[in-house]
Amino acid sequence: MDKEAAFEKFKSCAVEVLHVPEEKVVPSARFSEDLEADSLDVVEFVMALEESFGVSVDESELDGVETVEGAFDLVYSKL
Amino acid sequence: MGLLEGKRILVTGVLTDASLAFGIANLAQRQGAEIVLSGAGRGLSLTKRSAKRLDPVPEVLEIDVSSAGQVEAAANELGREWDRLDGLVHAIGFAPQSCLGKGMFEAPWQDVAKALEISAYSLKTLVAAFRPMLAAAQGASVVGLDFDASMAWPAYDWMGVAKAALESLSRYLARDVGGEGIRVNLVAAGPVRTVAAKAIPAFSGFEDTWSQRAPLGWDPTSSEAVARTTVALLSDWMPSTTGEILHVDGGFHAIGA
Ligand SMILES: NC(=O)c1ccc[n+]([C@@H]2O[C@H](COP(=O)([O-])OP(=O)(O)OC[C@H]3O[C@@H](n4cnc5c(N)ncnc54)[C@H](O)[C@@H]3O)[C@@H](O)[C@H]2O)c1
Repeated sequence: MDKEAAFEKFKSCAVEVLHVPEEKVVPSARFSEDLEADSLDVVEFVMALEESFGVSVDESELDGVETVEGAFDLVYSKL
Repeated sequence: MGLLEGKRILVTGVLTDASLAFGIANLAQRQGAEIVLSGAGRGLSLTKRSAKRLDPVPEVLEIDVSSAGQVEAAANELGREWDRLDGLVHAIGFAPQSCLGKGMFEAPWQDVAKALEISAYSLKTLVAAFRPMLAAAQGASVVGLDFDASMAWPAYDWMGVAKAALESLSRYLARDVGGEGIRVNLVAAGPVRTVAAKAIPAFSGFEDTWSQRAPLGWDPTSSEAVARTTVALLSDWMPSTTGEILHVDGGFHAIGA
């Protein structure tokens, strides 16, 4: 999957699970501050990403991931 | 034949696939049980997502243990599907932030009351609501998840007090429902990395000491040991065990230092 298509898919997951408007899901957006996601939101978002991309993300890999870009790169590196 | 062949079991407390209850639900299914899950509030959508990772995908009831209405509705709903309940797993814990890692003098009573209500009193709430169905099973088993409350831990604070209440309550419930053939036991688990565990500030400190001190060692990333012992308690192979606390902690509790 090319990077752009993957990001579109990533974005629709974010819109669905985090209930944020599409235009807010930009690489620099921070989950807690910009997307107002709490830790349960992030856990659920990761589960949704695992399902839609067919990858598995270990919770330890999420340490230090704070932005949309960080999360996307992590998932994209597994495709 | 599986250890739980033909048994019908309600498993509360599945949030993610790291939840202790997820390991229990998964193993119970592999041992032949038919299961239903329950989830609560903000976590319900996560419980539903996690349910899809079980095979077969179990039904998910909504049970926030602090809502008498939801508990009653869930008991009625399950009662329409099942004529008996062979097993009930209580894997529910919650304490407000003021109750964890701040010593004993910060939390106001309202917060402590919440911790006690959700983490201890709820065992009574669930047993009461499902009591007729449990009695109908003639040999039902209730299992709750505990963290050894016989000593004070770093940071566990009011949650530790809630667990002490849960330990005591399980004995009193065992007394009151024993006549109906219902067993009530707890599994005192070692630390496992779950959403609830990560809310405890000193958790990673527990992990290291635990694996070093426990004679059998300890893996904080796996719920398998807890699941196996819980399944054993849910089975017919511990028929005369009730009011008991089984440690599933690698033997940590038996070693002084
Ligand atoms: N993880 C550990 O290290 C550990 C060790 C010993 C005991 N335990 C106990 O195991 C049990 C399960 O916790 P876990 O570690 O699997 O974490 P978890 O976060 O996966 O599960 C906690 C569960 O409690 C439920 N819950 C919270 N408030 C609720 C409410 N009002 N009504 C109904 N459900 C509610 C949540 O939905 C969640 O499913 C808890 O009782 C916990 O204290 C955990």
